[in-house]
Amino acid sequence: MIFNISLYLSLIIFALGLIFKISTWFRYNFESTNKPFTATERFFAATGGIAATLFSGKVLILLKSLLLDVFCQRRIMRESRLRWVMHMCLFWGFTLLLLMHALEGMFTSNLFADYASTLSPFLFLRNFFALLVFVGVGIAFYRRFIQKAPRFSTNAMDRYALILLAVIMISGIFLEAAKIGSFERYSQMVTDYADFDEEEDLKALEALWVKDFGVVSPNLTTPFDKELLTRGRELHEMNCAACHSRPQWAFISYGAATVLRPVALPLDRSGLVTLLWTIHFLACFIGLAYLPFSRMFHILASPLSLLANSVMEKGKSRPANMITLQMIALDACTHCGSCTSRCSLAVIFEEIPNPNILPSEKIASLKTLASGKPLSEHQMTVIQEGLYLCTNCYRCTPVCPVGINLQELWFDVREAVLKRGYPELLVLTPFSMYRGLLSPTLAKADYHHAQKQPMVGIEAVCSALSNPDDPIKPAQMDRDFKKKMLSSANGSTFSYCFTCITCTSACPVVRSYENPSEALGMTPHQIIRATALGVPDLAFRSRMLWYCLGCYQCQDACPQAVLVTDVLTELRNLAVSRMKNQNRRTGERS
Amino acid sequence: MKLALQRCCTTPIFLKQYETSTDAILGRLGVQLTDKALNCCGYPLKNYNYKAHVLASARNLSIAEKRKVNIMTFCNCCYGTLKEVNQRLRADRTLSAEINGKLEKEALKYEGGVEIRHLMEVFYNDLGPECIRKHIVKKFKGLKVAIHYGCHILRPRDLVQFSGPGTAAVFDDLVAMTGADLVPWHLQPECCGAPMWGIDDDLSAALTRKKIENARASGADYFCLACSYCHVQFDRVQKRLLDEGSITEPMPTILFTQLLGLSMGIDPNILGIWKNQIDISPILDCIN
Repeated sequence: MIFNISLYLSLIIFALGLIFKISTWFRYNFESTNKPFTATERFFAATGGIAATLFSGKVLILLKSLLLDVFCQRRIMRESRLRWVMHMCLFWGFTLLLLMHALEGMFTSNLFADYASTLSPFLFLRNFFALLVFVGVGIAFYRRFIQKAPRFSTNAMDRYALILLAVIMISGIFLEAAKIGSFERYSQMVTDYADFDEEEDLKALEALWVKDFGVVSPNLTTPFDKELLTRGRELHEMNCAACHSRPQWAFISYGAATVLRPVALPLDRSGLVTLLWTIHFLACFIGLAYLPFSRMFHILASPLSLLANSVMEKGKSRPANMITLQMIALDACTHCGSCTSRCSLAVIFEEIPNPNILPSEKIASLKTLASGKPLSEHQMTVIQEGLYLCTNCYRCTPVCPVGINLQELWFDVREAVLKRGYPELLVLTPFSMYRGLLSPTLAKADYHHAQKQPMVGIEAVCSALSNPDDPIKPAQMDRDFKKKMLSSANGSTFSYCFTCITCTSACPVVRSYENPSEALGMTPHQIIRATALGVPDLAFRSRMLWYCLGCYQCQDACPQAVLVTDVLTELRNLAVSRMKNQNRRTGERS
Repeated sequence: MKLALQRCCTTPIFLKQYETSTDAILGRLGVQLTDKALNCCGYPLKNYNYKAHVLASARNLSIAEKRKVNIMTFCNCCYGTLKEVNQRLRADRTLSAEINGKLEKEALKYEGGVEIRHLMEVFYNDLGPECIRKHIVKKFKGLKVAIHYGCHILRPRDLVQFSGPGTAAVFDDLVAMTGADLVPWHLQPECCGAPMWGIDDDLSAALTRKKIENARASGADYFCLACSYCHVQFDRVQKRLLDEGSITEPMPTILFTQLLGLSMGIDPNILGIWKNQIDISPILDCIN
């Protein structure tokens, strides 16, 4: 009764969850394309694409990918042998348990006419598959909690998955162990199946089962005499052997049964078997119902992502389908951390603790973005910073075990987020080179807008003395700022400046403009002067500061040994932290 | 000799030929490279978060120190960054302690024992000009080359100390060994414009165009350089400017490793001669 209700309930939740999740593949997007597609358009584009692929030569590529990527998991093999062993154990152990054991009514009993769960090889295989899962879980546990690679994070989702898996597996093992030792089960079976009822025969069979099958009897204790056992074996052959192999084949459960033996009788009487069975099936059903909403959903999404990626390519496949593929990718991500372990910039997380720097942690934010959930300006700028802190070095993409084209994903989402117009100071750093090289793929207006926004943002915040006719009064001197500059070894060299303008004359950026002051605001020597006067805003909102190439011509030319370029670096760092503080404050207020 | 190679983050997508040509040459010269564990040098972060930029380089330095190897770079920006951070960490105990505290999580520590080598220095100082000369089997004839040094092997001079102030005579000597004729040009030590690409493309293009025009007017047929950022700028960005029509005549750019590789008789396919955006294959006619 409970079994049926919970089974159907979990199946309904699973089915609804599945429909919901699959619908998000077509409904969600990052607004990364200029032309929006409706969910219906994307659905039909996908079905069309699938049909076209299945009836073309590409089906061979799909089969190859199915064999190598999905069944043999070669991508994980390339990454690490230990992880491959772990994942193969989990994948095959669990899949085979599901097919042979959980779905025995559907598969196994139809395939094998004389199937019985208590008969070898099934009895043995069930334990063998469980062993695979245990080995897999053991390695997973070792990697996450003992080996503990830096920045290898374990989130709540990972923990739930491991706990649920553990409950299912352990309850299953102990259920089988409890059944092996259960006298009540034994008696019930004898009542149901034995074709004899003489006292002596019953005793003989029981003796054999106590000796060889691990039953813990309240009536009999070893040793038994030989004749009794011989008689017992005869009865066993006639009545039980067709369905029962020796329980030692179930090597894990039998071990557990041996451990339980001293307390088996009282536990059996108090209904341990029923209790464990209930826990076991309930855990399985909870797992089933929770699956579409958990990271375990990758069981379905990852193979799909691998297969789709083997035949799809940006520029060749329909844009609508590329969006859908990226949405599937979000579900396919298993949060395994391969990308983060290779990330060129992961190390800076220790200095800039924004989890969105780490590729594996970006995915969570991407899911929020895709769902269209409203985010505050502060939340958006944090995500934006994380997305921009990427050198586009193409190290994450080749190692993703589920074949997500992360490089493209980051680029598309970054552009989609930039479109919202929040100024990103990182646009003014060499991180922009990649964007610049790929600019022909972007809408011109969007490309230039994102380039202009940071200066707009800086001008809004660093606005002191914005009227050039206003005199600079001593009260306007920012003492904190000067103290900071003077405390820095390189930055403090500004104080040697006697304004000879050599730096400005040497600057190739200044030389690029007919009217440098108009184009750049202050020129290098004026920036140094503004620093000496203690009015950082004048320097901060000068385009010159942000257009410094870092070529060190000024620094090497300075007759006073002012480390001009290093002073500019110091100033930019101060400007960035000022802007970030401002953002944080507005974020807290809103 | 064994070195840890600091691969530049721009090369995997835009400049695979720099990796393959470097690997091929160093393989011939018996230099072993390890690189897997190194991350970005931190160059793009310098003006955003100085400490993060130090941390990025420091991690690479500490890994190299642990393996008892020096770091080689083939990108001037990586070179300048690593050199600066290396000097900073050696001089500033407080900073070094703070950074080591962060590296500790990965059981890493940097004590200042690693030297940074530019590819040119490996050729000239570590292997020696004789070793390079021995491996040169073909020489270029009538090839006029404008060498573009790249800022960070020149400046700041106190830090870099590459060769003489304002020049990089080592570079000149190495190119001359291949038989190429060096063309003097007065914008040689200037910036290529790459740092501004993506930030203000007009400014970046203006800087690049000026250099191209100057080199051409000085009679050069090719740029030769040894920096990934400069090469992306002079090859990819120049290609864009040509397509847009803001430059009319191309000035093809050959990587130093491609030039040296050809004169060492290495297969042009391995050197990625056809991977450059602006065709450099006519250079094959200048070699016998």
